Amino acid sequence: MKKLFLGNEAVARGLYEAGCRVISSYPGTPSTEITEYAATYDAMYSEWAPNEKVACEVAVGASMGGARAFSAMKHVGLNVAADPLYTASYTGVNGGLVIAVADDPGMHSSQNEQDSRHHAIASKIPMLEPADSAECLAFTKRAFELSEEYDTPFFIRLCTRISHSRSLVETTDRVEQPLKEYVKNPAKNVMMPAMARGRHVFVEKRMKALAEFAETCDLNRTEYHDTSIGIIASGASYQYAKEALGENASYLKLGMVNPLPVKLIEDFAAKCDKVYVVEELDDIIETHCRKFGISVIGKELFPLTGELSQAIVAKKILGEEKKTLSLKDEIPVRPPVMCCGCPHRGLFYALKRENVFVSGDIGCYTLGSQPPLSAIDTCVCMGASVSGLHGFNTARGTDQAKKAVAVIGDSTFIHSGITSLIDIAYNKGISTIVILDNSITGMTGHQQNPTTGYTIKGDPTAAVSLEKLVQAVGIHRVRVVDPYDLKETQKALKEELAVEEPSVIIARRPCALLKYVKHKPSLKVDREKCRSCKACLRIGCPAISMKDGKAVIDHTQCVGCGLCEDLCKFGAIVGGEADK
Amino acid sequence: MSVTSVMIVGVGGQGTLLASRLLGNAMLSKGLDVKVSEVHGMSQRGGSVVTYVRYGDEVHSPVIEKGEADYILAFEQLEAARWLPFLKKGGKLVVNTQCIDPMPVITGAASYPENLIEKLQASGVDVTAIDALPLAEEAGSSKAVNVVLMGVLARYMDVDKDHWIETIKTTVPPKFIDMNLAAFELGYKM
Repeated sequence: MKKLFLGNEAVARGLYEAGCRVISSYPGTPSTEITEYAATYDAMYSEWAPNEKVACEVAVGASMGGARAFSAMKHVGLNVAADPLYTASYTGVNGGLVIAVADDPGMHSSQNEQDSRHHAIASKIPMLEPADSAECLAFTKRAFELSEEYDTPFFIRLCTRISHSRSLVETTDRVEQPLKEYVKNPAKNVMMPAMARGRHVFVEKRMKALAEFAETCDLNRTEYHDTSIGIIASGASYQYAKEALGENASYLKLGMVNPLPVKLIEDFAAKCDKVYVVEELDDIIETHCRKFGISVIGKELFPLTGELSQAIVAKKILGEEKKTLSLKDEIPVRPPVMCCGCPHRGLFYALKRENVFVSGDIGCYTLGSQPPLSAIDTCVCMGASVSGLHGFNTARGTDQAKKAVAVIGDSTFIHSGITSLIDIAYNKGISTIVILDNSITGMTGHQQNPTTGYTIKGDPTAAVSLEKLVQAVGIHRVRVVDPYDLKETQKALKEELAVEEPSVIIARRPCALLKYVKHKPSLKVDREKCRSCKACLRIGCPAISMKDGKAVIDHTQCVGCGLCEDLCKFGAIVGGEADK
Repeated sequence: MSVTSVMIVGVGGQGTLLASRLLGNAMLSKGLDVKVSEVHGMSQRGGSVVTYVRYGDEVHSPVIEKGEADYILAFEQLEAARWLPFLKKGGKLVVNTQCIDPMPVITGAASYPENLIEKLQASGVDVTAIDALPLAEEAGSSKAVNVVLMGVLARYMDVDKDHWIETIKTTVPPKFIDMNLAAFELGYKM
C-alpha cells in the first residue's frame, strides 16, 4: 500500500530498509526529521551529537567498524562537518557511509543559501539528488550499495521542497547487513602524508569510474517528448520544469549530480533544438556543460538567488504568466515572532533597556533582532556570538566591553559556543555571555541535547551542567537568573557588565511550548484602568494589541507568563477570566 | 483527473499542518497521486505560513504558484488577503473571520486593513466567510479551528463525509479523535 511520506521520513525509511546501523546527526532545518524518524526504528542506533562534525566522525568511525552508517545535516552544518568528510573521501568506507545534506534555497529557516553541490565537487564525494519521496527512499538505499561498491562516502542532496513535501512511497522490509570484518589497514585508514598521497590517487581513479557510471546508470534518465525544448534538471527543479512544460519539452533528469556525465548530456543536447539547464542556486550543471562545449541556456535566464518554481520556468522559457487577483490594500508583513510566554522575551527586554551591543547567534532567540525588541546587532553562524563578541571587545576596548553581551542558546553553546568561551577565558577577555537555557533545541522543533538529560529516544542520561562547564574553563563569575523575573535579570546584567572580568549569566526557563510546561490562565486588561500608554506593547508579545484605544489580550494565545503584568504601572493587566 | 491545488494559509501555530495532512490522506485513500508541501522551522513561530496540497492523476510540483490554486483555506483574514493572488479567477476561498494582528500592526508600524471580507468578496472569487473560533471552542478547544475549517472546505470537495470521518480517525492522535470529529461536524454543517 502506498503511503504519504515526508521526503525526510522517506530517507529514514531508506536507512531502515538498507540495513543502516548507526546514525548520528545534529538538528538543522530542513534536515531534522530524517534523524527523528530514524530514531523511531529500534533496529537502528540513532543519536543527537553535539554538532555536525562530531556526528560525521561518529558515522565515519561506524563505517570503518564495518556498519552501514549515516549522518544528516543542513547545508551550513556541512561546513562544520567538512573537515572529517573531506578526508573520509580519501579513506573511503568499510560499511557503506551516506551523508544527507539539506539545502534551503529561499532561506525559509537559514542564514545563507549556499549550494552543497560545491562541497561534493570539492571533497570529491559523489552526490545523488532525489526529486520526490519515493526517490528519497530509493536513492538512500542505492547510495549505500554504491558507497560500498566504489569505496566512497555518498552524499544525498535534499532541499526544503523535497525534505518537507509529502508524496507517495512504497515500503519494503529491512534487509539486515552483517557487520563487515574490520581489518587493520593504515594505508587506507591512517591519513598521514605518505598514505594520503596514495589515497588521493585512488580518489581520482574512483571519481573517473563514477563519471563513467554516470553515463549509463539508471539514476540519470532521458524522457523524450517534443524535442524543440530540452531541459536538463535534477531534484525539485525537474518537478518545476515538468509542471510548467509537461510533454511540450524533453528532459534529461539527473539523479546523480556529482560526478556529472558528458556523453549523455551531449547526446541529449544533440536531439533537442534548444537546451535549458534548470537548476536552483548556482550554475553547476551549466558550467559543466560549457566546460565540454555543450551549448545551453542557464543563468542568463534563471536567478542565482531564491527558489525556482513552475511559474519561473513558464515565464522564462515560454514567456507565459498567470493572471492574478489582488486587493488594493497594503498587506502588512507577518514575520515570525517569539511565542507567547517565550522565556527569551524578558531577557531581550532587559537587554534593550540596557542599550547594549548584542552579539547574536542561531536559534529562536535570533528573533530578538525583530521590532519592537530590536535588541540584536549581529548574527553569523553557530557559536559566533561568543567569539565574535571577544573580537568586537578586543577591537574596541574595555569601555565597550562594559556595554556588550553575547546571547547563545543551550544547544548552540554546546554545539560550538564552548570553544569560543574557552578562547575568552584563556586570552583574558572580559566579555559578558548570556546563555539562554530553555532546556531544549527550540527552533528546529524540540530536540534533546547534551544539557537536557535525555537521549533522542527520550531515555534519561547524563546532563552537562552549564554552570560547572563554564567554571571548568576558567570563568569565575557564573550566575543563574529566571528571565521571567525582569528585576533580577536586569540586576544581573548591570552587575556583570560592570566587572572587568569574563562572566556568564545563565537565563534559565524551559521553552513555553514544551509539553510539561504548565500554562497559567490568560491574563486580561481592565479597560477602566488602562491608560493606553502602550508600555505592554514594548515586549513584542503577539497576544497583546490595541483595540478601540485600549490594550487587549488575545485569550487564545496568552499563556499567562505575567511579563506584561510587571510592566503595567496602572495595574490594568490582571489574571482571571479571559477577554472575549 | 486533472490536478487540483489547495492552499492552506494561516499564522504559525494555528494548525495548518494537520489540516493539510487530513486533506492529503483523504485524497491518498481515494487512490490519487498526492503531494503536500509543509512549512517547518522559523516561520512556524507565529509567522505567515502556507502549506500546499495537490492531488490528481499525476502531480509534479509540490508547490502552488500565483493564479494556480483552485481553493484557498485561510485561517485568518489578513492571510487570506495576502495569498489571494495565488487563487485562480473563479476559485473558492474559505476564510476564518478571526483577525490576528501581526507584529508591525502591534508596534504601530502598519495598520490592519479594514473590511477585508467585503473586499475579498468583491475581488472576483467565491468567498465563504465563517467565524470558526466559537465553533472550535464548542467542540472542546480553540486549537480545533483547523478541523472546523477543514469541515467547511470539505463541503465543496468531491469526497464522501464518511470518508472524511475515517480519515480523521486515522490521522489524529486517538485521544483527540472525538474533539476533532465534533469540530469537523460543526464546520461541515455550516
